[in-house]
Amino acid sequence: MVIKKPSDIKSSEITDKKVYLNRRLFMRGAALAGSALATGWLYRSLNAPPPPPRVNAKIENIVKPQPTFEVPAVNEKLTPLESITTYNNFYEFDTNKGGVASAAADFVTRPWSVSVEGLVNKPKTFDIDELIGLAPQEERIYRFRCVEGWSMVIPWDGFPLSKLLEAVEPQSSAKYVAFQTLYDPKRMPNQSSGILDWPYVEGLRMDEAMHPLVILATGIYGEVLPPQDGAPVRLVVPWKYGFKSIKSIVKIKLVGTEPPTTWNIAAPDEYGFYSNVNPQVNHPRWSQARERRIGEFGTRPTLMFNGYAEQVAHLYDGMDLKKYF
Amino acid sequence: MVFVNSLVPLTLLLWDAAHRRMGANPLEFATRTTGMLTLVFLLISLAVTPARKLTGWQWLGKHRRMLGLFAFFYGFLHLMTYVWFDKFFNLKAAALDILNRPFIAVGMAAFFIMVPLAITSTNKMVKRLGGKRWNRLHRIVYLSGALGALHYYMLVKADTRLPLTLAAVLGVLLGYRLFIKYIQPKPPARLLAPPR
Repeated sequence: MVIKKPSDIKSSEITDKKVYLNRRLFMRGAALAGSALATGWLYRSLNAPPPPPRVNAKIENIVKPQPTFEVPAVNEKLTPLESITTYNNFYEFDTNKGGVASAAADFVTRPWSVSVEGLVNKPKTFDIDELIGLAPQEERIYRFRCVEGWSMVIPWDGFPLSKLLEAVEPQSSAKYVAFQTLYDPKRMPNQSSGILDWPYVEGLRMDEAMHPLVILATGIYGEVLPPQDGAPVRLVVPWKYGFKSIKSIVKIKLVGTEPPTTWNIAAPDEYGFYSNVNPQVNHPRWSQARERRIGEFGTRPTLMFNGYAEQVAHLYDGMDLKKYF
Repeated sequence: MVFVNSLVPLTLLLWDAAHRRMGANPLEFATRTTGMLTLVFLLISLAVTPARKLTGWQWLGKHRRMLGLFAFFYGFLHLMTYVWFDKFFNLKAAALDILNRPFIAVGMAAFFIMVPLAITSTNKMVKRLGGKRWNRLHRIVYLSGALGALHYYMLVKADTRLPLTLAAVLGVLLGYRLFIKYIQPKPPARLLAPPR
């Protein structure tokens, strides 16, 4: 090996090469890191995990009634509040279940009024606080089964719908109850899209509506119902698929004939008027035999009438539930 | 560069999983994310050739295969979230599901069309098949993409905007290729670039 004398080496040459290599390595690394960051940012902005929920005001004086035959105890683990308030189907705000909470965060629910009208002796427009004051707020722990195949156990706060209906004195010609969600595309931004016929409408048969299990819910876990769960007042019909439990109600009308319902209008062969939870009647595009309880890894069998058969099966005596699905 | 960037979504997905940040229904989140990534990578890989022709950046071409393989990889993960976590390898239940739920059959078909394409993605296989036959075989990726978009369209309840957008992008990419092939007049042979 020839050892050069220092004078033989052009110092500029050596330094140049080193800098050159370093620079090249640095550029490649920077490009790699930069592009990976950009990709990560793009992925995050397109597919963000749901943000943590907000804290809601507490409801005072909630009655915790003893379970009875009419309102059976549900001895299953309650679904955490965080899941109930970050996993919502509320197409008025967002069709992505994880995105509803943030899209609805600033939804204002005061002032709010609910018009109760139609075939009644005492039609009335209730201010929301007057409506809530109609009866004591009770805790009702119900299974909640979505038509999509997932379920929760939710401690609702509310009161029986029958209390409201009794207050307006239904006429004997009233056979059905029609419900309507608020229509206001400024406050419910997704209503300016044509994905469903707005406003959202739902309906029950009169005897279903008067059943003691059916409640108007105004809270969850003793907290005021957050917007993404249907504030300020929503229906809860525990033996039917979740979409029957209409949210953010502004109108309740007693009528003589079966009222139109939103999902039935959208896809009549997929969503019937009754939409009772029934493991034997599959959705045309998926099985309804099993469900995934939110928070559990596996699936569990779906129960007839969502486990409320003893209380409600008699309402459908003699009916072909495959035909009236 | 392409390899690292293609792994970024998976890394973030695993990060979210490790930190339990996948929402109330993690399985659904993982399934939807991997399914979407499959379609996105498929569309990106199909966009390479049109992009190369429109910009003249020949270097884009060499990344096409890697992007296609990532589409297959994410498709495989998507299938695994279903077979493993949704059905727990209960193949009988999965088979019944395919019969009862046409959208799953369509998705399976879209995936299995990609299998021979992934197998023939090595240099050796390209040589063995010959460029022309290889190209002809790999054209069925458009069918896989169409079935993938259909699979997505069939499973949503009402909001079909996203699947229709993906289908439209696929249509534009396919339309471009058909345009080049059948409609655009070819330049004289002497102006064509020599084969690579």
